[in-house]
Amino acid sequence: MALELKDIENIAHLARLQLSPAEKSEALSSIANILAMIDQMQAVDTTGVEPLAHGFDASQRLRDDVVTETSQRELLLKLAPSTDQGLFLVPKVLE
Amino acid sequence: MAWETVIGLEVHVQLATKSKLFSGSATAFGAEPNTQANIFDLALPGTLPVLNGEAVRMAVKFGLAIGAHIGRKSVFDRKNYFYPDLPKGFQTSQLDYPIVGKGSLLITLDDGSTRTIGVTRAHLEEDAGKSLHELFPNDTGIDLNRAGTPLLEIVSEPELRSAKEAVAYLKKLHSLILYLGISDGDMSQGSMRCDANVSVRRQGDSKFGTRTEIKNINSFRFVEKAILIEARRQIDIIEDGGRIIQETRLYDPDRNETRSMRSKEVANDYRYFPEPDLLPVVVDESFIAAVKATLPELPDIKSKRFQSQYGLSNYDAEVLSADRATADFFEAVLKDCDDAKLSANWVMGDLQSVLNKAELDISHSPVSASALAGLISRIKDNTISGKIAKTVFEAMVNGEGSADAIITSQGLKQVTDSGAIEKLIDGIIAANPKQVEQYRSGQEKVFAFFVGQVMKESKGKANPAQVNDILLNKLKK
Repeated sequence: MALELKDIENIAHLARLQLSPAEKSEALSSIANILAMIDQMQAVDTTGVEPLAHGFDASQRLRDDVVTETSQRELLLKLAPSTDQGLFLVPKVLE
Repeated sequence: MAWETVIGLEVHVQLATKSKLFSGSATAFGAEPNTQANIFDLALPGTLPVLNGEAVRMAVKFGLAIGAHIGRKSVFDRKNYFYPDLPKGFQTSQLDYPIVGKGSLLITLDDGSTRTIGVTRAHLEEDAGKSLHELFPNDTGIDLNRAGTPLLEIVSEPELRSAKEAVAYLKKLHSLILYLGISDGDMSQGSMRCDANVSVRRQGDSKFGTRTEIKNINSFRFVEKAILIEARRQIDIIEDGGRIIQETRLYDPDRNETRSMRSKEVANDYRYFPEPDLLPVVVDESFIAAVKATLPELPDIKSKRFQSQYGLSNYDAEVLSADRATADFFEAVLKDCDDAKLSANWVMGDLQSVLNKAELDISHSPVSASALAGLISRIKDNTISGKIAKTVFEAMVNGEGSADAIITSQGLKQVTDSGAIEKLIDGIIAANPKQVEQYRSGQEKVFAFFVGQVMKESKGKANPAQVNDILLNKLKK
């Protein structure tokens, strides 16, 4: 199944990216290249090989359940363009 | 035409950890907005997740309790979507390799029958923040205190066949998580949230109908109502020749209806992929054994023990074992008074109704287990009758002291002196010749009249068994 411009538009929409026509066709050819590489990998016989979830052959370390952070609200609120009553403000989201 | 409802539930349980799933921020409920949201929770660049071991232990504990396969190697994935209360632009969840695999839950229905319901899986994920839409005219306020709180999402097989079964399943799940101590289970604070997948089919059909998903139902009662109303809606559509559209719907308790959500939005495509910032979580045998050692006696096993050890009925054992605090209270009463049936009746009956009325948890009972046992002991040794006991209990609830103190101060001690009871009965027989005549001519119903008179005269203090015997004797003459 060949990748079409319409697929690029859909992926861009899901990623909330606005692409110009030139950027779309560029994205189309680079993503098509990546998919070709994936096709090449898919062709390898992996019977009996355990799927790999991560590039490192190690397991996750667990942290103790301890509260280590204190409130830095005033500092963090300053990073946002708009705040009120301790809340971050965003344009009204309608359900 | 008979219809069958097919239901699968997705329940999100907020785990009772002190800190978040991937950061050291606090998870306490009700804090000032954004005071428990720190650099990782806000997804500032360069921050990385560090997994909370307690959340993993709690998930494994749940898995063991439902006899599930524990994923020896589970993997976190990114579920990508945009919403202002999800700062990272993805939710860290588990897709292909959840921590808890297939298990099952035994549910008990109102008629006492039981069914085993399959649990497909349970996985760890983080909660999102909260959007406040009503506070400002043109803006939405974002509170990220909840962002990153650990959730266990528990997914059932589509094996529930009625709204009642769905409620029974939820109640069992609720009981279990409280037993395990992995969540406070408070539905009003969102500690347990439920989405229901509902479809209908004609009785006997083997294929499932198209399902809809009802989101975020936050009480047992609403679960039942939402499923009933949604099934009704689907049946009406099909009977009118229509088709069900697979979609997400929202239950509105005020209007008791479900309505479509986000129907215009392109079908969600979450583009899951393994979270590169987290390594696979390996749970080995010694980890599992350590968690297993912390498992309490679970409700099903406790219920069986209550039946075999104390001779309780299936119903009594189920009710008492459903809540751990109630079960412990019952056993404490029993230990002090040594009468299982009376202990069960008092805990489930009079005490429970007092607690319900006052909206109190049994841990805040106005009458302690040993005080209740003190009352039951006085019933057992015939100091008071069961009826007088209710008066004494009421006084105990009002804080008037122990059963013994109340019995003495109010002069409620039962009259067991047969001479005194005989004297009382003689007087009543003499005063009611007409009723005596009726009884002796075969109207045995009149017996109750005499019992009533004796109890009235003795202010309920005459021992009922003795009253029966003596009355019978005297009237037969």
